[in-house]
Amino acid sequence: MNSRTIFINIFRWFVLLFVQIFLLRNLNYYNLSTPFIYILFILVLPFRIPNLLLFILAFFTGLTMDAFYDTLGVHTSACAVLALVRILFISVSVNRDAYDEPEPSLGNMGFKWFSLYALICILMHHLVVFFLEAFKFSEFVYTLSRTMISGIFTLLIILLVEFTFHNRKAN
Amino acid sequence: MRNLWIFISRYNAFFFFIIFFGIGIYLTLKNNSYQQSITINSTNEVVGSAYERLNVLKHYLNLGQVNDSLAIENARLKTEILALQNIDSNQTVKVKDTINQQQYTLLAAKVIKNSISLRNNYITINRGSTDGIVKDMAVISPQKGVVGFVQEVSEHLAIIRSLLNKNTAISVFIKKNNAFGSLVWGDGNFDYQKAYVKEIPNHIKVKVGDTIITSGVGSFPGGIEVGKITKTGISTGDSFMTLEISLFNNFSTLQYVYVVKDRLGAEQKNLESKLPNE
Repeated sequence: MNSRTIFINIFRWFVLLFVQIFLLRNLNYYNLSTPFIYILFILVLPFRIPNLLLFILAFFTGLTMDAFYDTLGVHTSACAVLALVRILFISVSVNRDAYDEPEPSLGNMGFKWFSLYALICILMHHLVVFFLEAFKFSEFVYTLSRTMISGIFTLLIILLVEFTFHNRKAN
Repeated sequence: MRNLWIFISRYNAFFFFIIFFGIGIYLTLKNNSYQQSITINSTNEVVGSAYERLNVLKHYLNLGQVNDSLAIENARLKTEILALQNIDSNQTVKVKDTINQQQYTLLAAKVIKNSISLRNNYITINRGSTDGIVKDMAVISPQKGVVGFVQEVSEHLAIIRSLLNKNTAISVFIKKNNAFGSLVWGDGNFDYQKAYVKEIPNHIKVKVGDTIITSGVGSFPGGIEVGKITKTGISTGDSFMTLEISLFNNFSTLQYVYVVKDRLGAEQKNLESKLPNE
């Protein structure tokens, strides 16, 4: 992990959280879907990051989100889930010896792998966020539909972002 | 110990997850009042329903004890009923009238002669002046309904002017709206189950089925249920109307009556007699 990777990730963190907090926070589709693209930061952290560091970064990212969303604990828990899902998914789908790519981005891993990876991570994260927010199972269907619609919304935006930066890098 | 350490380090992601997710949930519960209230509520629900179940069980276990106490209570009440039915003992029942702050005493008496088919009916009871009965005392039925007034008293007997007598008039209310009226019988009606309430003002709204109670003016304690309205709006041509009611008590099967001793009756009569006659 060189200093360039660290710099890029710090830069990405600020940009994503800035966009999330000051732009997407105001974007709401009939109170049903809110995209959370800040999790892209956690999704594309380098492969070789130690688990502890991954969890700590996820924790503080979630905490920052909670501070701005006034939902202390909700995004923190969801990011912990997200980190676990990320570790599990990578461990079953990527050969440990073949970590020739620095990070699991769209450009490095291909559209098929990345979209599945993003979809699973996003759904788990959103599930935790919306259920912790509702905090009851009586509105199960409503919460589940919010999760699904928001998840698709988030996935589309993340893919869009990834395509944009992937192309620019290739150039 | 070494194996445990290897196990933990191999599955470190899971343990990190437990720690950080735990912190997240803790923060959620501790700092968000909504989730906090929900948790406390559901906890209470759980505790509450557990207590409820326990209580049902407890009730069931205590059934024997409850049965015993009920049996004892039954025995006591039966003894009381027997004592009340024993007319020749000088058993009296006290009624606390909280409306007028008067104390009425009921004296049970047995009907020894009764008539219902005459124009003016009288009832003879086995109580007289030795039992403290004086003229114009009110007489009521054991369950519901009024009977009449004491007309004549001898040493051991008394004659009651029944409600079924054209000289008897009892002051009554319509329970619903306290409209004032006068309960009478006769005037072409010789059915012992019917009576009339007269002098109800025309503007009072009444319905069939409304209950008539005694007003408490006069010798009768207030609030004794007399009967139910069966027919309304019998016009008398002036500003009052007459109601037909069916009486709650059945004069044809009257066996026991209560004579009402009014502690303040004599005092009231004495006081009212001081008014100048108009």
